[in-house]
Amino acid sequence: MTGTHSSNRVLLLEGARTPFRRSGTDYLDLISYDLARSVIRGLLHRAGVPAGSIDNVIMGTVVQNASTSNVARDAALAAGLPVSTPAHTVTLACISANRAIADASLSIMAGRSELALAGGVELLSDVPPVFAKETRKRLFTAQKAKGPVGMLSNFRGVGLKQLLPKAPPIAEFTTGETMGRSADRLAARFGVSRGEQDAYALRSHELAAAADAAGHLAREMLPTALPPRFELLERDNTWRADTSLEKLAQLKPAFVRPFGTVTAGNSSPLTDGAAAVLLGTERAAGEAGLTPRAVIRDWVFTAGDPGDELLLGPARAVPELLARNGLSWSDLDVIEIHEAFAGQVLAVLAALGSDSFGRDELGLAGRFAEISLDNVNLWGGSISLGHPFGATGARLLNTAANRLEAEDGQLALITACAAGGQAHAMLIERSGS
Amino acid sequence: MIELEMRDGVALLWLDKPDKDVNTLDIDALNRLEGYLDQLQTDTGCRALAFVSAKANNWLAGVDIELFRTLSTEELLKVGEEGQRLFTRLAAYPKPVIAAVHGACAGGGFELALACHYRIASDHPDTSFSLPEVKLGLMPGLGGTQRLPRLIGLQKALPLLLTGRSVYARQAKRLGIADALHHREGIADAAVTAGQRLSAGQLSAAQRRKSLTERVMESPSASQIVYRAAAREVMKTTRGNYPAPGRIIEAVRTGLERGMPAGLSTETSSFAELARTPEALALMHIFFARAKTRRNPLAADALPVDRVAVLGAGLMGAGIAQVSAAAGLAVTLTDQTVDQAASGARAVHTDVSRRVGKGMTAFDRDRVVGRIALAHGPAAAAGADLTIEAVPEVLALKQDVLRQVEAVTGPAHVYASNTSSIPISLIAEAAARPDRVVGMHYFSPVPRMPLLEIIRGEASSDEAVATAVRVGLAQGKAVITVADRPGFYVNRILAPYMNEAILMLKEGVRIDLIDGAMRDAGFPVGPFRLLDEVGLDVAGSVTKVLAPLFRERGTELEDTATPLLEAGLKGKKGGKGFYDYAKGGRVVNADVYRLLGAAGAAAATREQVRQRLLLALVNEAALALQEGIIADPVDGDIGAVFGMGFPPFLGGPFRYMDAQGLPVTIAELEALEERYGSRFAPAELLREKAAAGRGFHA
Repeated sequence: MTGTHSSNRVLLLEGARTPFRRSGTDYLDLISYDLARSVIRGLLHRAGVPAGSIDNVIMGTVVQNASTSNVARDAALAAGLPVSTPAHTVTLACISANRAIADASLSIMAGRSELALAGGVELLSDVPPVFAKETRKRLFTAQKAKGPVGMLSNFRGVGLKQLLPKAPPIAEFTTGETMGRSADRLAARFGVSRGEQDAYALRSHELAAAADAAGHLAREMLPTALPPRFELLERDNTWRADTSLEKLAQLKPAFVRPFGTVTAGNSSPLTDGAAAVLLGTERAAGEAGLTPRAVIRDWVFTAGDPGDELLLGPARAVPELLARNGLSWSDLDVIEIHEAFAGQVLAVLAALGSDSFGRDELGLAGRFAEISLDNVNLWGGSISLGHPFGATGARLLNTAANRLEAEDGQLALITACAAGGQAHAMLIERSGS
Repeated sequence: MIELEMRDGVALLWLDKPDKDVNTLDIDALNRLEGYLDQLQTDTGCRALAFVSAKANNWLAGVDIELFRTLSTEELLKVGEEGQRLFTRLAAYPKPVIAAVHGACAGGGFELALACHYRIASDHPDTSFSLPEVKLGLMPGLGGTQRLPRLIGLQKALPLLLTGRSVYARQAKRLGIADALHHREGIADAAVTAGQRLSAGQLSAAQRRKSLTERVMESPSASQIVYRAAAREVMKTTRGNYPAPGRIIEAVRTGLERGMPAGLSTETSSFAELARTPEALALMHIFFARAKTRRNPLAADALPVDRVAVLGAGLMGAGIAQVSAAAGLAVTLTDQTVDQAASGARAVHTDVSRRVGKGMTAFDRDRVVGRIALAHGPAAAAGADLTIEAVPEVLALKQDVLRQVEAVTGPAHVYASNTSSIPISLIAEAAARPDRVVGMHYFSPVPRMPLLEIIRGEASSDEAVATAVRVGLAQGKAVITVADRPGFYVNRILAPYMNEAILMLKEGVRIDLIDGAMRDAGFPVGPFRLLDEVGLDVAGSVTKVLAPLFRERGTELEDTATPLLEAGLKGKKGGKGFYDYAKGGRVVNADVYRLLGAAGAAAATREQVRQRLLLALVNEAALALQEGIIADPVDGDIGAVFGMGFPPFLGGPFRYMDAQGLPVTIAELEALEERYGSRFAPAELLREKAAAGRGFHA
């Protein structure tokens, strides 16, 4: 490798994911490292490239396991990569894998690597509990306490309630806003009703079931058997073929009671899973004998107000990305939007189709585009397939490329919102066109 | 001002006063509402009604205060009865009525919400419920004294009625004021859903379960104890100077003991009477005067300010840095060493932290404190648009730092000194650009004292003054612009007041009697307590500055500070002054009588004390206006009320003299002059105004 390449094209060579399983089910005995090493090994196997040919590994994750805080490195070693292959972990909420993919792409563009593995992992079955700051402080000073008397006085004034570990807060640190409440607010702001959200959730489940029946999901799935039981898992257990509008309508609001519209049924579930993609240069693809699937054309990361517009980011990221590339919404064949909540997806689409939003927020003459769902998430989305925070971005990219092939399209858009008011949008083009 | 929108069988009544940010109730609105009630009652397509606001952060602020000032007692009585009748009709309306509240819901607005059957509050920090009438010397007049105790219980309702305090969304839910919370964005949708469910019988208003204590306390005999305790508390805090709280308790009691119609009747007649009391008129005067001081008369001249340098990180400097950072300004806090600046930052952090969890998050606090950069030396003011100096009161030092700041700042930079005693024009003599130098006189503790005096020096430009005013307003201060005369305005009018107190002390009147008399008169603390709070050293230096001016008039200001300071008494910060703070500050320090050669045994009535001190003060205010220290009596009233705690129910010195009648003030002054000497000679301006048959306020 030399550092003199002008800018290499980044090719998507292969992609894979573990089955996504609802948290607290099949992956309950694991730590996130297990899913990560499984997906890395499986992807290399599927691509048929030697472990030693990978130049770097980047994985995204949100909730870290303290014992494997750089989960990419530990998982890469366990998956058989040589000790000489650098690996690091990035975190950017629900777009962590997108960040990992973008970073790997940058290293390829800059000529720093030929073949890179990027993806992400999340095991929400294994969220480490947290102690209150005061307790953490006393636990630290306890190391110097002498004898039982010293230990007792070290903890004086700390109540039993404080001593007990708690689930980590799910609210935004800066604003106290939670995802579910924010989605409820966004839906209300853009006039998305409860009925529309439930209908969208039903669509997501129906499309996932259909994609499963058609074998589309199997195309991206790695059959997985992990310790201690080595039970073979080949499918997601997240989507429901038997749900209905009536069932969804019966659910109580989950975040804003009693008049909210976001329910557990129209939200993405807590999910465990890992996903990864193999990226490389044309030369590396040739050497490995791989047929490129898609070209990564461009991407943006945007950031907005984490208070009032926590999950609206795609409504700003997509117009920015398309404008940079001289494209419009109608040029896109395949659209993959991360479905954190039905209300959030529909609010984003409503914003993109709204004259006032286009005029006042995007500085356009009117609405950004006429929006339809015709080419959006046709194989299901995070509501039905599940949403392992750190992994979803890699699933979106892989699914978009697969859909371009299956639907004979040219251009695909991937977009996702994330905590902190941030967002991502990426444009890919089918290879060989 | 009320627009009807039918949505899925629910009538949304949009409150939207045209061309205003705030919705207020007026006769027209009440008539419109009556019309809608008639129309919707028989409309079979309408299952429920809901009030929503079209304003960004206001639901309904109640009745326009202007109305209280302009209407006669009879007219007020009529409006009150009409409004009550309408709200009673609303409460008994055959279809569910919902208040979906986002923004401030105050006074008559809260009373409208109370008359509704179901209340949804937005969980936004802008949403609050309050009955602030008592703060204006008034009381709720549209059923608030009746419906609030019935909704949340007597014990919880009385404090809200008697203090006018705001209740925010979560607490409103806990208290039972709000039946449900929802986000701002969906408040109208929530109202529609609630309306459908209420009309279908799927939802009912939250039934508050009364606690055991509550049930006991609301028994007829125990509630007498509650009323008596409330009355005692009111007496303690108001010292009988405010008539409204007693009337509120009476209306609540009448309603609970003799039924709602009797309660409403008491409420409305008391309301109409209160609105014409001198106390209410004075408090409303202060309300409007305070609104005036929120405007910058020189707004067009003000320069933009992004960065403020504060020189000196002591109590004053840290306080100024705090209010500047809270206003969103970038602050450089600089002292002789960074260490000293850091201790100022610590003081800010500690003070702002007290609000964490009370409407402020730790993150918000971090952002405020994080705006303060620490530095050392005056040269750190480089890059600031405005420098506020708060170094010790030594002329040479102040001039030296001024020169150093000028050396590192550009021609547009404005320099302000927070001096309390040195003339700005004297400090500005050292300046290369004296037109950019002004005074910004803050009061301690800065974050809590609402007044700021901007001092216009002889050479100060409009631009410099306007810029200082702009920053003061951004800091949330009541800003008055005053001339560069010794003591400026507040200390100037305080001087003869304090002097009179000391003279009485030397005549043998007890310290606690004098302080008590002035507290009875409505001052938050008496003169000697105030001297202790300010510090005898500070008070002493102010006296020195003012002494020559008073000497010219033939009045020797009493210098108590020197002998007391020599004896080691510094006031509260030193542990001993006129009071002994080692003993909690309740006990008079008897050494003072000995040190000043006062017997502490002379007899004087509280009324004599009040007369001498108050008249010395108001006469000095007239002299200050006469000399052009203040340009407008409104500024004089605001300065006295917010700078030294002049009793708000008297409306400030000028309002007090106007209300009493200038000839009465003159006669009282002349009587005092005859007995105690020329220091009570009425101000010329006072005589002129009286002769012209006018008051100070137009």
